[in-house]
Amino acid sequence: MSSEIAPAAAPDISSTPPSVFALFVAFAKISLAGFGGVLVFARRAIVDEHRWMTAEEFNETFALCHFLPGPNIVNLSLVFGSRFRGIVGGLAAFAGLLGPPMLLMTVLAALYSHFGEVEALRRGLAGVSCAAVGLLAAVVFRMLQPLLKKRDLLGLMVMMAVFAAIGLARLPLPAVLLVAVPVSLAVTYARTSETFYPKSSTTTSAETAAKRGPTP
Amino acid sequence: MTGDDDGNPLFSLAWTFAVTSLFAVGGANAAIPEMHRIAVDVHHWLTDKQFSDAFAIAQLSPGPNVLIVTLIGYSVAGVVGALVATLAMCAPTAALAYVVSRWLTQSRGARWPAIVQSALVPLSIGLMAASALILALASDHSWAAVLVTVAAAIVASVTRLNPLWLLLVGGCLGFAGVV
Repeated sequence: MSSEIAPAAAPDISSTPPSVFALFVAFAKISLAGFGGVLVFARRAIVDEHRWMTAEEFNETFALCHFLPGPNIVNLSLVFGSRFRGIVGGLAAFAGLLGPPMLLMTVLAALYSHFGEVEALRRGLAGVSCAAVGLLAAVVFRMLQPLLKKRDLLGLMVMMAVFAAIGLARLPLPAVLLVAVPVSLAVTYARTSETFYPKSSTTTSAETAAKRGPTP
Repeated sequence: MTGDDDGNPLFSLAWTFAVTSLFAVGGANAAIPEMHRIAVDVHHWLTDKQFSDAFAIAQLSPGPNVLIVTLIGYSVAGVVGALVATLAMCAPTAALAYVVSRWLTQSRGARWPAIVQSALVPLSIGLMAASALILALASDHSWAAVLVTVAAAIVASVTRLNPLWLLLVGGCLGFAGVV
């Protein structure tokens, strides 16, 4: 690569890795800017503003954090920070992402416990939750598009079964997943190996869903 | 509080959310039904209305959506409860992601991550659809409320409007007594 001793980085990537403090500040900013979904702001800050990763690297890192359980963006903060500054960097990004909004949320919780019964606030929050449910439904529709376009009947059946078990029958999540995950894995595996190298259509749709996934 | 009075509520919070997070396939919103089941139905930490309020506050505030657990934790055991619930929900899976990412960089080009990922997509859609249903049952008590939900869903689907505006409009309609 280049004659410099600097790490073999692409030219559009910042040559100096972020400091631990910079990681904390960057993730605190990302978090506090993130109304209704932090992912968009994380991508903007990491890829466009600081140039700490290329768009491809970011997508790859996020895809990993998306298929693992738990809050994706929180997973991403620890994984991302530790790439640059080891576990300390990871913890700094994690603390930056969660600390400030958690403080704010604790204040809001205290306010709610005092004023939650005030009629005006009750009504206002009721209206907000109606709209918030609509936003969630919109995310579900958007994630559903690739399955519908591909006429992925098996995928849709798995989805409906999980919806019925959790949403209608209200079964415990661990029990449902202990059945649903192996079934879905077996179905997906059987399909990908029977159509060998099908220009990996399943992969791409999963990735787009992963990218779109957790926003609002 | 009914139920396990002899148990420490902090322990109960920590255990509940740590386990839930490990099954949160597809992120925090996929875990809403399980949080609702545990917090409202099993432990009676919150009422249905308080739960949907917590969701609304978490959506209105900056930061990751997962912070609804901070609100639930606070209502169970104050500031300490808020901290315990948040860490229990976030730390175990982040640690798991850290371990897996280190291990994956050593085995690049493996095919199974893509298979696992596409196998989980239908599951997380099903879970999020269940979240939407449970929250709708908790918040939509009138036809006007259902109408606001449907309108918000349509506007969010066909436009790129910042979702915060939709939440604020919903809040104003609620304040005005429409919903």
